[in-house]
Amino acid sequence: MATQPTPEQDARVQQAVGNLLRAGVLLAASVVLAGGVVFLLRHGGSVPDYRVFRGEPMDLRSFGGIVRDAFSGSGRGLIQLGLLLLVATPVARVAFTAVAFAFERDRTYVLIALLVLSLLFKSLAG
Amino acid sequence: MNTLAFSATIAAASFCAGFLGSLTGLGGGFIVTPVLTLVFAADIRYAIGASLISIIATSSGAAAAYVKEGFTNLRVGMLLEIATVVGALLGASLVAVFPTRVITVIFGLVLLVSAYLTTRPRAEHLTAGLPPDPLAARLRLDSEYPTPEGPQRYRVRNVPGGFALMWLAGVLSGLLGIGSGAVKVLAMDRVMYLPFKVSTATSNFMIGVTAAASAGIYLRHGYVDPGLAMPVMLGVLAGSMVGARLLFGARTARLRLLFAVVIALIALEMIYHGAVGRS
Repeated sequence: MATQPTPEQDARVQQAVGNLLRAGVLLAASVVLAGGVVFLLRHGGSVPDYRVFRGEPMDLRSFGGIVRDAFSGSGRGLIQLGLLLLVATPVARVAFTAVAFAFERDRTYVLIALLVLSLLFKSLAG
Repeated sequence: MNTLAFSATIAAASFCAGFLGSLTGLGGGFIVTPVLTLVFAADIRYAIGASLISIIATSSGAAAAYVKEGFTNLRVGMLLEIATVVGALLGASLVAVFPTRVITVIFGLVLLVSAYLTTRPRAEHLTAGLPPDPLAARLRLDSEYPTPEGPQRYRVRNVPGGFALMWLAGVLSGLLGIGSGAVKVLAMDRVMYLPFKVSTATSNFMIGVTAAASAGIYLRHGYVDPGLAMPVMLGVLAGSMVGARLLFGARTARLRLLFAVVIALIALEMIYHGAVGRS
């Protein structure tokens, strides 16, 4: 039976989860920013039109297509890759919380976090 | 207006969205969606895609600060997230069956009442002196959070009630495609008696996870446009990081008022959408 986690343990978990979140968000933001600069340099002068929904081209809808576009230097591809990284941060948050609870030997919450993670994957795979 | 000016305007509006969203635990979608559809006449599907990105960005931008400072109750967040995600999966599968316009209007009216209730002050630290709730104690939900007067203990009450309301929040967000932050904050504040700042910070932690669950679907359907999402994401992130710095020093009564005003606006937005049938 696990003992009650101490406030110090909880604080360590909080610091670790917080640092991971910050790193993920800054990484995602830098990729989007880089893509944004490329995108605006190429298209900054054109007039945007979002009145009619055309949907994104297929290569910006799938993981493989986005990665290919990003590495070929496309601004839109880079932005989309940064957005994928952003979407991954909450998922990583849950996964990392599970690991942190495991270090605390808090079995109940390891199970709860893993349950959330599996539900998340289920709906992401939709 | 060319793309550069367009991006700058959207980034500025998104900054406000991230700022307000991080302080209230509501995400930034409630500003991003109407700005894109009403001001820039964007198709609602592009707006929904951008709004989803704004919710994740608000959540992730503020979460680092809130978790490190100890506002977020990770256990409460994880436990309730189960209810929300299960509800959201159910809600999304009911879209074809239920009259979403009617539900949107009803939910808008409920939020209006909630806005009024939230402004009525509540003794924040009443729970510290009470005996522990057996279920909350077993789930180790009781915790502490930082205040200008030092760490303040609090106890969590009525776990089943909060869990049920979170499930409903998930169903609504899946069904209506709206962020469920309002119901999340209300469930923690009104039903589980968490301190208000803990409620908003924990909601902020959760909304990103809930939104990430539906991100895959929207991306595959081509709703997420990089030209729109780029200024939204960068603006919201910056705004939420600034907002997160202010939570510690903010007076709870003012936060409650801000929250009430914002959910009243969301309510009016929803009633309008439900009435004209655009959502």
